[in-house]
Amino acid sequence: MAERTIIPFGPQHPVLPEPIHLDLVVEDEKVVEAIPSIGFIHRGLEALVEKRDFQDCVFVAERICGICSFIHGQAYCQGIEEIMGIAVPPRARYLRTIWGELSRIHSHLLWLGLMADSLGFESLFMHSWRVRERVLDVIEATTGGRVIFGSCKVGGVRRDIDAEAMKTLLERVAEVERETREITRVFINDSTVKHRLCGVGALSREDAYLLGCVGPTLRASGVAQDMRKLGYAAFNELSFEPITRSEGDCYARVAVRCDEIFQSADLIRQAAAKIPAGELAVKVTGNPNGEFFTRVEQPRGEVIYYIKGNGAKNLQRFRVRTPTFANIPALVKTLQGCDLADVPVLVLTIDPCISCTER
Amino acid sequence: MSLFNMSGLTLKWLFRRPFTRRYPFEPRKPVAGFRGAVEINLGTCIFCGICSKRCPTQAIEVDRGNKRWTIDRLRCLSCGLCTEVCPKKSLGLNGAHGVPTMTKDREVFQGAQTPPSAPAA
Repeated sequence: MAERTIIPFGPQHPVLPEPIHLDLVVEDEKVVEAIPSIGFIHRGLEALVEKRDFQDCVFVAERICGICSFIHGQAYCQGIEEIMGIAVPPRARYLRTIWGELSRIHSHLLWLGLMADSLGFESLFMHSWRVRERVLDVIEATTGGRVIFGSCKVGGVRRDIDAEAMKTLLERVAEVERETREITRVFINDSTVKHRLCGVGALSREDAYLLGCVGPTLRASGVAQDMRKLGYAAFNELSFEPITRSEGDCYARVAVRCDEIFQSADLIRQAAAKIPAGELAVKVTGNPNGEFFTRVEQPRGEVIYYIKGNGAKNLQRFRVRTPTFANIPALVKTLQGCDLADVPVLVLTIDPCISCTER
Repeated sequence: MSLFNMSGLTLKWLFRRPFTRRYPFEPRKPVAGFRGAVEINLGTCIFCGICSKRCPTQAIEVDRGNKRWTIDRLRCLSCGLCTEVCPKKSLGLNGAHGVPTMTKDREVFQGAQTPPSAPAA
């Protein structure tokens, strides 16, 4: 029997964009067990929300994550709106949908780049981020910020996209879609990429479900679960089906995310065609008194917001369960029995966002 | 042929201009609609301090007595909340990128001092 060794992986590692630590118990080149530890970048944002005016905390919620920032702000606003019984104007719901999907496109392109980097495919990484830059420009022109949108507020949205800007947005999205197709063709068909991904870290449908996976990790194992199907924002008026694959391996997770980019572009087009004219926000009076769970689909999966107010301007309790946290048990499971050289790829396939996880 | 997907993409970009910008020789122009840094119009400001109370990062300090408005540029998020809550609309966003700094200085804006009233006879 081979001797067991523990190899520390992270928190500072070339492949990791953010700090997570894994103790890898290895026998020769095979990983037998992986013990994760988190807590390197805890910022106490949930406690901060309890000290500030609830309307100003949209900006705090947006800063939980640097990539799915808009959707965090949206989830927070939806929670407060449900407690206070605020009906958001239809135009604001559509605008939230459009920005949420732009956020998903830019997050998936960022992730595809990081994935290519973890495979050692440097030029593909650069091409993915080149396309992502175009999405960021669209976001900047419509919201005023490149990564942190700051366009959502309790009761609606802070900015409008006029007809001219919407036309430009759709042209840009079509351009991004065309360029993304060139890149995803490499991810899906290239033999070197397939060689590194096919059959690696396979997670069965049952395991994915029982370990509580969310988002593309769950859908790549064949479970059609997508929080957008709950019909928040304007999703109940748009037609789409969750994208699933049956293999459950790294290749399936890449393929699901590639397809989701095109799905998001399609959703933006549908929303732009149906967007009604009208008000952007309603006036918010009073303070939240009650509690609510919001479930929203982020690029990485389902995020859960728990918000509790007691009638004061500060919230009493605020709690966030982020998708990466839900996917860590599945990561530990897939790491068992893999080759040491596949660890970076496996860690990247759950799209880890550690800042989100630790808040 | 799977092998030619990437080589096609690479060849296409081999004969194009670089996508990146030669910063700082070619500075980036902010797009229309970009939020940018907070500006104050001292002429209309009444130093009420609402901006300071509502600022999510507590970047703004208002000294009502001395009519002084101070901002910590490195703390400011450019969210624009202060411009929305200002009762006199004295605050605005300039739509330009901030100036790079090496130190954590605060920018102080001094309002016009009212002359001390004449002592009662």
